[in-house]
Amino acid sequence: MSDLIYMDNAATTRVAPEVLNAMLPYFCEQYGNPSSAYAFSGKIAENVAEARRTIAGFIGAKEREIYFTAGGSESDNWAIKGVADALREKGNHIITTAIEHHAVLHTCEFLEKHGFEVTYLPVDSRGFVDPKALEGAIKPSTVLISVMTANNEIGTIEPIAQIGKTAHEHGILFHTDAVQAFGHIPIDVDKMNIDMLSASAHKLNGPKGVGLLYVRTGTRISNLIHGGAQEYGRRAGTVNAAGIIGFAEAVRLAASEMDKVSAYEASLRDRLIRKVTEEIPYTIVNGDLKERLSNNASFCFRFIEGESLLLLLDKSGICASSGSACTSGSLDPSHVLLAIGLPHETAHGSLRLTLSKENTEEEVDRVAETLRQIVERLRSMSPLYADFCSASSVGDKGKGAI
Amino acid sequence: MSQVTEYSDKVMDHFSNPRNVGEIENASGVGTVGNAKCGDIMRMYLDIDDDRIVRDAKFKTFGCGAAIATSSMATELVKGKSIEDAMTVTNKAVMEALDGLPPVKVHCSLLAEQAIHAALWDYAQKENIVIDGLKPPVNDIEETEEYYQMPGE
Repeated sequence: MSDLIYMDNAATTRVAPEVLNAMLPYFCEQYGNPSSAYAFSGKIAENVAEARRTIAGFIGAKEREIYFTAGGSESDNWAIKGVADALREKGNHIITTAIEHHAVLHTCEFLEKHGFEVTYLPVDSRGFVDPKALEGAIKPSTVLISVMTANNEIGTIEPIAQIGKTAHEHGILFHTDAVQAFGHIPIDVDKMNIDMLSASAHKLNGPKGVGLLYVRTGTRISNLIHGGAQEYGRRAGTVNAAGIIGFAEAVRLAASEMDKVSAYEASLRDRLIRKVTEEIPYTIVNGDLKERLSNNASFCFRFIEGESLLLLLDKSGICASSGSACTSGSLDPSHVLLAIGLPHETAHGSLRLTLSKENTEEEVDRVAETLRQIVERLRSMSPLYADFCSASSVGDKGKGAI
Repeated sequence: MSQVTEYSDKVMDHFSNPRNVGEIENASGVGTVGNAKCGDIMRMYLDIDDDRIVRDAKFKTFGCGAAIATSSMATELVKGKSIEDAMTVTNKAVMEALDGLPPVKVHCSLLAEQAIHAALWDYAQKENIVIDGLKPPVNDIEETEEYYQMPGE
């Protein structure tokens, strides 16, 4: 497997060796329950507190405002259901967007079944929410606005500081799902007017199974798990010391090298986008080219289907992802690609490649060349491509003709 | 869920090395089924001789791994069969020949059966004959999209 090329870092990342080393003592040596009374556990509780301070400082929050969870989906569920429940008397309207992660969308759909009204804001062709449209959607009954910091499929970074400002001008709480952005772009909860923020450790070389919800002091939110005093009594359950300490180490690493890493990833990303669009005709780059996560390259290749593409990439040792319907078991392709206005048949041919600092230019070049061959092969089998070629008489390599 | 672990070795074989990809010029019968919106389109070409035996079969498919594998298997199964026997190549037969499909992919085998039927129907229409049990194909192919503006082009 030495030839494996991993370009699915938005799905998950490799745990950094520094993170693993920081975690290891908490399995067989410092295994005490941090909530226990004796000194053996007290030391662990102190280390967990230090981890909490590290992570809080990273986003300009207070230690007391960081609640550890089991991951991003849990944090999203808690933020939305917790506020909906706590503010039920105040109103029943929530504003979110059409391109949120399903952890947000399905939670909102759940609330709709329980008497809440949800506005799903559309986005433009690059995936941006229009802050003016958002303001127009606000009602007296609006209690929460939830807009993701950066999109997981197409990498578009939303104008969340402005959205948060709008929310606050109307006295509405603002939650952002920052799972893809946290540790990859600078985030300051005060400057960006954020009341609640979801993040997950495994997206930034931390361990799986640990995440956080930042909750600004004074925010009314119902407790998530009852049964213990952990997480200030809001989220019961034995503290995941190893996971939290690993998360903090991942944050320390991300903070120390964010500029360098994102510049490097962006250079790889731009090389990949350039090579792929130059070499493969009828290719669409999804998302915005500037306000974009440094590691995200998202494409649609017309006339072919995404699962076939992924399977052939896999046979070449390349790990990637697709918003194709066939990879999700549903008939509809990615809601994000449909929301940016792509036709169904184009959205079916999507591919997401997400880079890390461990990828190299050689890998980028190999992926671009392998993709070229695979797309050509699948198009040679595609009746849609045959029809397109005979109808347009453009021929096989009609670049720029459409 | 990982497709790679869900597909049988036979499905992966027919997907990775599909048999009979292509077109037949002046085919005896051509049938296209499926819907680009849902992500699967199969087009099947049959070459049928004067004894009404399927001499050759080819296909072009837009779709997932299972769609390509079922198309490939369907062409293999109809080759050499009389038009009546070709009717026995059902979705079940295609699935069995592929050692099964994941539940969410069963519709691909139905599409393969429909593609055979659509091509046979086209042939029967041209020859002005009736094939027992053959119904007119349901053509639900959506209009393909209008030209899409490429970024930077």
